[in-house]
Amino acid sequence: MQLMRSLRSATGDITALQNLRVFHAASLAHTYILFSGTQVYIMMDKDPIQAALAGATFQAFREAAVSLPPDVIRAIDRAAAAETNPVARGEFANILRNIKAAGELGVPLCQDTGVPVVYLTIPPDVPLTQGLYDAVAAGCRIATEKVPLRPNVVDPLTRHNTGDNTGPGMPAIHVRPGEKFTVTVLPKGAGAENSSRIAMLLPSHVYGIEGFVVETMLRAEGKPCPPVFLGIGIGGTFDLAASMAKEALLLPVDTMTPYEQQICDSVNKLGIGPMGQGGDTTALAVKVKTAGCHTASLPVAVNVQCWANRHATREVKW
Amino acid sequence: MLGEPARDTGGKVVTNAPVQLRTPLGEEVLALRAGDHVELSGIVYTARDEAHLRMQKEGIPFDPKGAVIYHCGPVIKDNRVLAAGPTTSARLNELSGFLLDKGVRGLIGKGGMGATVREQLRGRGVYFAFTGGCAALASSHMALKGVFFEDLGMAEAVWVIALDRLPLVVGIDSHGNDIFESVRHHADEVFRKNYPKAGRT
Repeated sequence: MQLMRSLRSATGDITALQNLRVFHAASLAHTYILFSGTQVYIMMDKDPIQAALAGATFQAFREAAVSLPPDVIRAIDRAAAAETNPVARGEFANILRNIKAAGELGVPLCQDTGVPVVYLTIPPDVPLTQGLYDAVAAGCRIATEKVPLRPNVVDPLTRHNTGDNTGPGMPAIHVRPGEKFTVTVLPKGAGAENSSRIAMLLPSHVYGIEGFVVETMLRAEGKPCPPVFLGIGIGGTFDLAASMAKEALLLPVDTMTPYEQQICDSVNKLGIGPMGQGGDTTALAVKVKTAGCHTASLPVAVNVQCWANRHATREVKW
Repeated sequence: MLGEPARDTGGKVVTNAPVQLRTPLGEEVLALRAGDHVELSGIVYTARDEAHLRMQKEGIPFDPKGAVIYHCGPVIKDNRVLAAGPTTSARLNELSGFLLDKGVRGLIGKGGMGATVREQLRGRGVYFAFTGGCAALASSHMALKGVFFEDLGMAEAVWVIALDRLPLVVGIDSHGNDIFESVRHHADEVFRKNYPKAGRT
């Protein structure tokens, strides 16, 4: 009866009980995941917050895998229109056609659907519990089966694949306070992630930041599937610089500060171009986040992101 | 390092219609030049690392004369190609020679290949680049026809796929021209000129 009541509240239509497949998620007590056609309902008879979060996480993964945010598409459109190299123009044409095809067919943009990186904002009336972490993982598992996402998460040493894109420390979940309860997913593909770098520069070498970023793309060439977005974290500590670099990828990419523009222009002088085949645009945008750091330190991290800068945010309503 | 620089890296805009090609390929590939746009139709065979090793050991399960190999580990569902973007070709640098020796005329992938393959292609075949990440676009130009070595798993099996005008660019031609190599050379020069102090921090 508990199940029936929950379903009714979610769908407003008890006839949806037809064609239902009911699963019990082993890792979450009292959790029911219901599939009906393309709709998914997650019911937890004890905690509606967790149910809503798992559902929102799944929806965000589906949106992120299949479509790109409007500012990302604007940045690609603008570079495509300005490109003068004929090989690069062909690459841009394919990228734009791919974005269209993924949307029309409802399939992932790229077969590398990444590893799950998740950001939560928690309002004062939502208690921060282990249950929230479990709910995000549940949403990730459902997305892996239903979008579908390629199971990419493995044990780092045995390389054993967990099969559902979760594992110890995965999804990577970052929490901060906020006015609204939101979940943002950033599925991170490996080609671009593997080209990322961090350096502890000399504090007297602030001028060296640009060279480090440019050198990162010089080494990367076509491997991260350029044109890329570059998230740069400057300052903080070794670990904070890296997480700022990743979070910078969530900033709007169709505007840049003069400093960001300068680094972006310098990267583009390399002429690596789309897929390393030459062209005017190697980096579509550079986004910088900074934090205070030790007077004796200058940490700089570059998180490389392929043209498919996938991320999506859902408000969690419960 | 190159006989001649690859064309089309100087910024001039050309609007040539893509060359239409159909597999199996023949001598017509020798006329292609690095930078040419091509639309490829006909049967291609996917193969990644494991499939290359198996073919080396047990033989090629299809007629290699004029065949085209696609470096790709597709997502197949209900006998349909769901997503089939290219994988990094450089992993197969040391595993491609025997295919070209047997008559293979085309390789498709992303990121280019090494100097060994550039030489092996000379006078015989070409390397086509397909845009990385364009898995949905690829699948919209594909029909699944069959599979070899299915025991290798979905990503590593050899899938037989019929292409309908897949848009490609010639990355390495049969005359030693290689757009990846010329781009790399140019980027190195720019970096050395603009950051003479790099590496000394």
